[in-house]
Amino acid sequence: MIALGQFLEVLIGGLMSGVLYSLVALGFVLIFKASGVFNFAQGAMVLLAGLALVRSLDLLVAWGFPLWAAIILGIGFAAVIMAITAWLIERFVIGPLVNQDALTLFMSTIGVTFILEGAAQMIFGSDAYPLRLFPTDAWFLFENLFPGGILLNKLDVWGGFIAGILVAGLAIFFERTKTGRALRAVADDHLAAQSVGIPISWIWFVVWLAAGLVALVAATVWGTKLGVQFSITFLALKALPVLIIGGLTSIPGAIVGGFIVGAGEKIAEVFLGSYIGGGIEYWFAYVLALAVLLVRPQGLFGERIIERI
Amino acid sequence: MVRNKLILAAAMLSSAALAAPAAAQNEQFIPILSYRTGAYAVNGVPYANGVADYYSLINERDGGINGVKLLVEECETGYATDKGVECYERLKGKGPTGAAFINPLSTGITFALTEKTTTDKIPIITMGYGRADSKNGAVFAYNFPLLGTYWSAADIAIQHIAKEVGGFDKLKGKKISLLYHDSPYGKEPIPMLQVLAKKYGFEFTPIPVTHPGVEQKSQWLAIRQNRPDYVLVWGWGVMNGTAVKEAAAVAYPRDKMIGVWWSGAEPDVTPAGDQAVGYKSLMLQHGAGKFLVHADIEKYVYARDKGASEPGKVGEVLYNRGMVNAMLGVEAIRKAQEKFGKKPLTGEQVRWGLENLNLSDARIKELGFEGMLKPIRISCSDHEGARDGRVQQWDGKGWKVISDWYTANQSETEPLVEEVSGKYAAEKNVKPRDCSKES
Repeated sequence: MIALGQFLEVLIGGLMSGVLYSLVALGFVLIFKASGVFNFAQGAMVLLAGLALVRSLDLLVAWGFPLWAAIILGIGFAAVIMAITAWLIERFVIGPLVNQDALTLFMSTIGVTFILEGAAQMIFGSDAYPLRLFPTDAWFLFENLFPGGILLNKLDVWGGFIAGILVAGLAIFFERTKTGRALRAVADDHLAAQSVGIPISWIWFVVWLAAGLVALVAATVWGTKLGVQFSITFLALKALPVLIIGGLTSIPGAIVGGFIVGAGEKIAEVFLGSYIGGGIEYWFAYVLALAVLLVRPQGLFGERIIERI
Repeated sequence: MVRNKLILAAAMLSSAALAAPAAAQNEQFIPILSYRTGAYAVNGVPYANGVADYYSLINERDGGINGVKLLVEECETGYATDKGVECYERLKGKGPTGAAFINPLSTGITFALTEKTTTDKIPIITMGYGRADSKNGAVFAYNFPLLGTYWSAADIAIQHIAKEVGGFDKLKGKKISLLYHDSPYGKEPIPMLQVLAKKYGFEFTPIPVTHPGVEQKSQWLAIRQNRPDYVLVWGWGVMNGTAVKEAAAVAYPRDKMIGVWWSGAEPDVTPAGDQAVGYKSLMLQHGAGKFLVHADIEKYVYARDKGASEPGKVGEVLYNRGMVNAMLGVEAIRKAQEKFGKKPLTGEQVRWGLENLNLSDARIKELGFEGMLKPIRISCSDHEGARDGRVQQWDGKGWKVISDWYTANQSETEPLVEEVSGKYAAEKNVKPRDCSKES
């Protein structure tokens, strides 16, 4: 029974961790789905959003604002920062590169990454800043069935809840709104979308803003988990296997990919790690991703790539 | 803060570039390998500030060491071994006599540079880190793991646990896990802990955490199942704070966690807030707080607007460690000047100064470090010089010293030092020096 209890605990913990990876992966998916750009800067955007939020929050609390008001104003301030960032990226990076090939656009986002990382730390500081927006203690379930129960972290549950809302909201946005459909048209072909009157600058601003807001949401959860600090940018690396598995164009795929990566790496680390020296979870996620790539290159939920020869 | 550092870096660069050749002839060049960016900047920045401020103090207050000004240049390693080696290669020949010594602040870089520095005759100071076998100066002539190696740290940690459980005999059957950064740094204490586990009969389990340590759920779920009596934390950067938070999440008592001295600074506990209360760590002798030397730092460096840090952070644990490290280097140069003259010295000459460094209580008091350090005496056979530590505990607002002094038991560490350094000497064809003939 203890072994089963441990397995369930690791499995559930892994699934919930995977959802937190999905929060970051969703930003990648959004931009790729809507503009065909693989946004390497998503991790840096999480850092920027997190720093803007936590530093403004600290300042507002120090000025005597009640916590609830400081949180609302802090989130508002961070959202404005992300809007300004989206505008700057569209105006000075992506906009001038319209109709360039995907590799050029990808390279430009690498540049954006370093600029955002440097600027965010220069403006808001480079320390580790505590953020406590969600509870971080745990529930212990089924204590009557398993000694010690099965641990379920409240922060993970909050993360899952938020990811669910995000996915539902984004799905509605893409499927049911005019702007959402325009985003998909732009992703298919920039030039064709422009020729039918879709304002590509506006569309790209919207999509980078949406990705920025998703980054802000991810920062609230990951900032609570780790504190807001530079290392938060490494979450981008955790999101990559999620994207490969789920597919770069699928919002539900980001969630399912997160489940697979989270559960897979945790089970591998806990039950296989000790036999091969431990510390395997980081690369094990990429083993899973490679396995999916070999079988289904577009990912489990990605759009099938059909090109006319 | 970053803006200040950029200004400082620019000032350093410009002072180096604009220095007239004649003036440069009486300057001692010291490279600072630091990391102000990247995953470990949270810990790297206060340390680098402490180092920079102490060198500034020597120049501003004393006009250098016996009239020889210090010329310093920072190089950003990002805690990456390749960048560290690149920085070393770029800076080792600078100044009229080349680098006085190198301090990489990374065990990985230390491993990569050990043979290079020996060939280049530049001492490598690894205060409280680096390779533990390099305590044996007969084999590692240019390595100086001053104040304590990781094997000394492991021994002190076990001594403290033994004291808490009621004696060394009570260690038998206890479970002690090591949560370590999966890098040369984190792996370094493992052989010593294995020796101690065998000797005292405790069950030892090493648990690796992959760089940078943002995700530790697997490790803490395993700890929750195994329920060790103590968890030793050998982390750096974000790994430390995350370990404390994950421990809280699985309800593992924080007062049963003992971090090494690199896992016991303010940035390691503040992100966890109240969850960090009770967490303990070793002290590399000193802790946080201000002493006489800080008054001079404020008077001669900050009052002249030449400080590298935010003033409020002066006196934090890692800032103080950077200062101590810089002071030991400065005193080694001063010692070497006694023999070789009051002029810029080569790395080889500074190596002699390090190997003959002897700081008494009186000298430590004179330097303003009284209360931070115990006497240290380096010799050919002992490049560690001192192996004392204490334990501190986080109370939610600050670190409180909770133990007396411990001294690592050399009867436990020395056989391993001899064995591993002997293997190194055999592998690398190093002929150990006869320390009885060194002066």
